Amino acid sequence: MDIGGISATLLIASLMVAATPILLAALGELVVEKAGVLNLGVEGMMITGAICGFAIAVETGSAATGFVAAAVGGAALSLIFGLLTQYLLSNQVATGLALTLFGLGLSSLLGQGYVGIRPPAVEKLNLGPLADIPFLGPVLFNHDLMVYLALALCAAIWAVLNFTKTGLVIRAVGENHDAAHALGYKVVRVRLAAIAFGGACAGLGGAYLSLIRVPQWTEGMTAGAGWIALAIVVFASWRPLRVLLGAYLFGGVTVLQLNLQAAGYAIPVEYLSMSPYLITIAVLVIMSAPRKGGNSRASLAAPACLGRAFHASQ
Amino acid sequence: MIALEKRPQPSKAWTAISPLVAVVLTMVAGGIMFALLGKDPVEAIRTIFWDPLFNAQFASFSRPQLLVKAAPLILIAIGLSIGFRAGVWNIGAEGQYIIGAICGAAVGLAFYPTESFFIFPLMVVAGALGGFVWALIPGVLKVKFHTNEILVSLLLVYVAEFILASMALGALRNPDGAGFPGSRNLKEYPSAFNAELLPGTGAHWGVVAALAAVIFAYVLFSKHMMGFHVRLAGQAPKAARFAGVEPARLILFCLGISGALAGLAGLFEISGPAGQVSIDFNVGYGFTAIIVAFLGRLNPFGILLAGMLMALTYIGGELASFMLGIPGAAIQAFQGMLLFFLLAVDVLTNYRIRLGKREVA
Repeated sequence: MDIGGISATLLIASLMVAATPILLAALGELVVEKAGVLNLGVEGMMITGAICGFAIAVETGSAATGFVAAAVGGAALSLIFGLLTQYLLSNQVATGLALTLFGLGLSSLLGQGYVGIRPPAVEKLNLGPLADIPFLGPVLFNHDLMVYLALALCAAIWAVLNFTKTGLVIRAVGENHDAAHALGYKVVRVRLAAIAFGGACAGLGGAYLSLIRVPQWTEGMTAGAGWIALAIVVFASWRPLRVLLGAYLFGGVTVLQLNLQAAGYAIPVEYLSMSPYLITIAVLVIMSAPRKGGNSRASLAAPACLGRAFHASQ
Repeated sequence: MIALEKRPQPSKAWTAISPLVAVVLTMVAGGIMFALLGKDPVEAIRTIFWDPLFNAQFASFSRPQLLVKAAPLILIAIGLSIGFRAGVWNIGAEGQYIIGAICGAAVGLAFYPTESFFIFPLMVVAGALGGFVWALIPGVLKVKFHTNEILVSLLLVYVAEFILASMALGALRNPDGAGFPGSRNLKEYPSAFNAELLPGTGAHWGVVAALAAVIFAYVLFSKHMMGFHVRLAGQAPKAARFAGVEPARLILFCLGISGALAGLAGLFEISGPAGQVSIDFNVGYGFTAIIVAFLGRLNPFGILLAGMLMALTYIGGELASFMLGIPGAAIQAFQGMLLFFLLAVDVLTNYRIRLGKREVA
């Protein structure tokens, strides 16, 4: 199926791959923000995950070990943020920015010896007869394991947040930390766990970029993916299934503009390349704009304690 | 058991001491990092912080560089500090810096090869205006649509980078450049060149503008009503509303002014030290300026000192990379670490540490 010289099958299949790193990072950040913490360091954690995963995968020859290392690396970095914001009560916006700046520096330091190397290949999952279904087969059932894991994670987070006690505690801490504290929940511990989970997800997203999507290590390779993940959480009104929608939408735009570049349309490459960022801004505007009642979708859905420090004495 | 107890007033003493403590802690942690890289930590720290200023061999070259590097950092950080005090988070100064540079350079190049005294002032205006308009995009979106200015201003950095690439390869490319990317070099166009004012000091018009910005910010905060409103909005948003502060006006003011200053910084850089519109023109001053603003405690004179210190890490970092083979990325990590330690030490400004058993409420 071809539309304007671009194969639709290929387009949707590569859309799922392009969306996966952002989906992983955005899901992690969703949980963090649900617990009332705004971590702007997603970009830094993603790129640290990208190099940790890449380096370990190259050294051990196993991409799976690489992904585990990426999750550990992202979580470790996020715990610096956790320590500063939860115990030392620092400003979350400033600390998140510091995390991004530090992560970018640290990753290029760690990545010195890994430029231009190819990582171990990741096999596509063999789904047997499913992959042979016309159109749906190559589109849906011809991917690597991480694509499906990201989808499963999305469903799991949706279920946990909505139907379990753990989810209830996370949401309580994010909506009203004083009440949650009064009920005896450990606000700081819940938040630290959420922050570490977010860091691990961002790390996985970064490693997906360096091990599968690109697959190579280059400095600053996340190129704003972490910030787009943050925007997608707002776009999704803090709902996991809408995060999926947002990530696939963004993936679609990215893949489409890449295909337009390849198809040689008469639009300068630079303007096509900036389109994902512009569309992200446009989507943010639509979601944040006040509706007739006076409140926007985003402001109604945001956790009430988002970004506020908790100190038991107050 | 260690417990924190909120101070009724932020401690004045700790406000002043905490940046120094943070710098010392960063040197220790940085030393450990350099040791892990297999370098002598003491020598590395000395190369970064001492040699650029006092080493007989390098100081004559690197001392003027200090002002060249500090000027854009201070200009941008002063603008950011105004917004940060009011709780308006412009973190896209890098983009405003790029757009200011492009606009200013475009005006200069449009007049090529006419020689006249008014060309450079016109470029300065264009640079400031470029940064101003670019920063007003998140400002207007925030005021009109309640869009988060942090995300929009940051995403616009990537857009600005692509515009820069497109300009260097397309509209502003040097017609006599044999097809190489990059514009004409403004160093060879006297009317548009931002030359050194005092030979051997590195001081160009950007340095003058940076000093003027410091004084402007000081006057704004200590003498002017708008400065009071900025502080009030940051410290007590509700009280600010009762005092008649219009949030929309304040947001546009903060973003506009920080954008204009970032645009100016870009213009002075592109017409002076950089010389031409090229793909790799921006080197992250817009992001480092965030660290400078915090390290300077959002205080104009503090920012002046912090900007010089940060400029020193850039120059010392280059020296360390040249002399000891310490990768440039280590310096970037070092700067990030500084902000971490600063934020960590800051807890002592607002809280007291109590040792002993925690009381049962």
